[in-house]
This record gives sequence, C-alpha cells and structure tokens, in this order.
Amino acid sequence: MRNIFLFIRRYFNLLLFLCLQGFSIYLIVHYSRYHNAIFSGVSNQVTGKINQQFNRVEYYFQLKRTNDSLVKANATLYNKLKADFELPDSTTHTFIDSLKIDSVEGYRKYNYYPAKVVYNSVAAQNNFLVLSRGTAQHVKIGMGVIDPNSGVVGVITDVSKDYSVVMSLLHKDSRISGKLLKGGETGTLNWDGKTPNIISLTGIPKGAKVAKGDTIISSGFSTSIPIGMLIGRVEEAVPDKGSSNFLIKFRSAANFYNLEYVYIIENKQAESIKAILDNIKKKDQ
Amino acid sequence: MNTLVKNILRFALLILVQVYVLDKIHLHQMVTPYLYFLFILWMPFRMKRSWQMLVAFALGFTLDSFRHHPGFHTAACVLIAYIRPFLVNLLIPQEGADTNYEEPSFKSMGGFLPYFIFIGVLTLIHHGWLFLLEAWQFGNVWYFILKTLLSTAVSLLLILITELLFSRKQSFRTNTA
Repeated sequence: MRNIFLFIRRYFNLLLFLCLQGFSIYLIVHYSRYHNAIFSGVSNQVTGKINQQFNRVEYYFQLKRTNDSLVKANATLYNKLKADFELPDSTTHTFIDSLKIDSVEGYRKYNYYPAKVVYNSVAAQNNFLVLSRGTAQHVKIGMGVIDPNSGVVGVITDVSKDYSVVMSLLHKDSRISGKLLKGGETGTLNWDGKTPNIISLTGIPKGAKVAKGDTIISSGFSTSIPIGMLIGRVEEAVPDKGSSNFLIKFRSAANFYNLEYVYIIENKQAESIKAILDNIKKKDQ
Repeated sequence: MNTLVKNILRFALLILVQVYVLDKIHLHQMVTPYLYFLFILWMPFRMKRSWQMLVAFALGFTLDSFRHHPGFHTAACVLIAYIRPFLVNLLIPQEGADTNYEEPSFKSMGGFLPYFIFIGVLTLIHHGWLFLLEAWQFGNVWYFILKTLLSTAVSLLLILITELLFSRKQSFRTNTA
C-alpha cells in the first residue's frame, strides 16, 4: 500500500498528464455524447454572447454584400408574385377552384425563420456557424439551414436558449444527400477538409450522365432540408477506377466565406415522420 | 503588475485575438496561424508543473468551446505544458536562471538562440499533435507534414512579432529581494 502511494507521489505529474490527455481524446471521440450534456448549453450561451458582441462590429463592414444578396433574394420572390401571371380565360371554360384558401395554413409543411449569423468558420477541419436564434425562438436540433438564395448551408446540431450551432457542409461529419438535377441520381455529400466551397459528391454510379456545370440539388430524403434546394454546381467528374462510381467535385451554391443572414427551415411533419420510423425500429427488434 | 492579474489578462486577450482575428484570416488551407498557446510558453518558471498542466487544459478547453468541437486544442495544450519544464531545464544557460527571472524570454533564457529553440520546438509539437489528431479522420501523410511545417513557420513569425511589439521588461531578481 505504501509503495502505491510512493509511486503516485513520484509520478504524479506524469499521471496527471496522462489523465488530462486521455480526457481530451475522450472528448474528441465521444463528441456527440458531450454535446448532449447540459454543460454544452451553458458554454454555447456564453460563447454565443461574446460572438454577438463581436459580430456587431464586423457586421457593419459587410453591409454592402448582405444588401446585394438580399436584393437578389427579393428579385426571386418578386418573380413568384401572383401579379406576374395572367389568370386563365374563363369565359369559354369553367374552372373549379379546388384550393380552400382558409385551410392553406393547415397544410403548411415548411416554415422559414430568418436568423443572423454571429460566428462563422471556414478554415478549420470541422466548420460550424453560430446563429442568434435558439429554443426560445422555435429552433430545434435537426432543422435545415439555407442562405438567402436557397443554397444549402447545413443542419442545426446544437441549441441553447438564444443561440444555435449549425454543422455546415464543410464538416467531416456532415452527411447530407444531394441529387443531380438532370438525371435524378442521389449521392452523399462529403467534405475532405481541405478547400472551402469545394465539396465532393459520392455514390453516383458511372452510368449516370455528369458534366461540368451540372446542378446538384437537395434530395428531400431527410426531414431537415426540403427537396430542390441548391447545393452546388459540378466542377469536375472523373470515373473512379476502384469502384463503379464517379468522383465528383462541386462548388457549393452557398458561399461560406460571407454568410450574414440565413433561413432556418422547420419541417412541420418531422415529428410524425420520426414517430413512424421509431415504430418500424421497434417492430424490427 | 501582479503576476496573477497579468496572466489572467493575457489569457483572455490571447483567446480573443485567436478567435476573432487569427481564425478569421484565411491565408491558405495549409496554413492555420496560432498564437493563443503563447500563454503557455510565457507561464512563470516558478509555477508548479501540475498547475501548468491544469491551466493549459483550461486554455485549450476555452478555445475548443469557441470551436464547438472539444478536445483537439485541449490535448495539444496539455502536451506542450507537460514538455515545457524539460525543455526549460535543458536550455537554461546557467544554474539558477529560472529562479532569477520570472518567465521565459530572450533575456532570461540567455540569448536569441536558446529562446528560439524553446518556442520553435514547443510550437512544432503543438501543431504536430493538433493536426495529427485532426488528420486521423482524413489520413494523408504529406498533407499533414506540410501543413504542420507551414503553420509552424507562420506561428513562429507571429510569436516573434509579438515579442518585438510587446517587450516584456524582466528585471533580475535576487534572493534578497
């Protein structure tokens, strides 16, 4: 017994070092376990506050770019106005209006909440954004995030009362499915951790027709991002010698360098879809 | 100024500079400038080794909280805090310099070369361990080596500029004082 105490006293520093190092590596490996902990909420709230203070200064320098992107988004919305379309000539035919105006709200599937980006990183190997909107403002884990010109940005992974953290497409754990607009083949997005704004799309079979400049859109298979959101344009597509798939690199539609405002997408049916999936899982067991 | 107050200010300032200035600079994907760990290099000689490691842990953990992926910087900081005393013993010129001066600098380490080796080795270890932990998930040896070397060079340049801009006055302390 005495020897054990002597040993601990003699090698106390080494043991402490190994403990701390082990704990750090444990944190790296068990990231998801950590981010469910209550502590994460507290640290998010604190770092979010500091981020917001700094963003107040920084925001001023980006006003011009923000304005440009909002004008562009406005133009798209104007083009969708009813006034742009002529009504059908109903003097010779009878049209039945099948839309019940009052109940439209009841069928609403997606809801868009604007949010301000208070922190954004692109240079790290795992990038994320911090938005100044949290559980108090209807944000939940798993919601999708797009930029003003409907380019996919990422998915919410962490929320505190007033802030939320978005895992951007430039994150090694980010697994969003995308599909080619032309052919409809779906694959998974992967980021290699090197060049920002350049992401790869895996799982597209060699039989598909891919060319430079083709558009990639979201597949709508997950509950977070609706179908048809822009993901990017193909930069290069090379057939992989080792497998039956293409190696596709594409430039993301959202420019991660200058995100100022984003929209958080709430899927009103997410919970009922999740309930069904849980049911199936239970049956399988 | 009191050593404790000075170090607390230094801690906060270096973290803020790292998060809001250096992390915003996108030089190149191969180069990630780091300066925050200068806090560990500048820690007082007299501080207990276990305390050095605990404070380094706190520093790394604070930066990781801003990055929302805990562990990476914490591990690197704890490692250099553990190695630091060995290097100090190896490089200190004469017996007792570490009791006569407060913290590592050009003067207390006895010239440019020993101090430069001191910061150079620790920066290299910090970057190497940090990028190795990150690279486990990507795995490309040359990319890792090149990134470590380039980032170390840029960080060393930053440290030297900081040394020149903020000269730390180190007075010789005797036992009688």
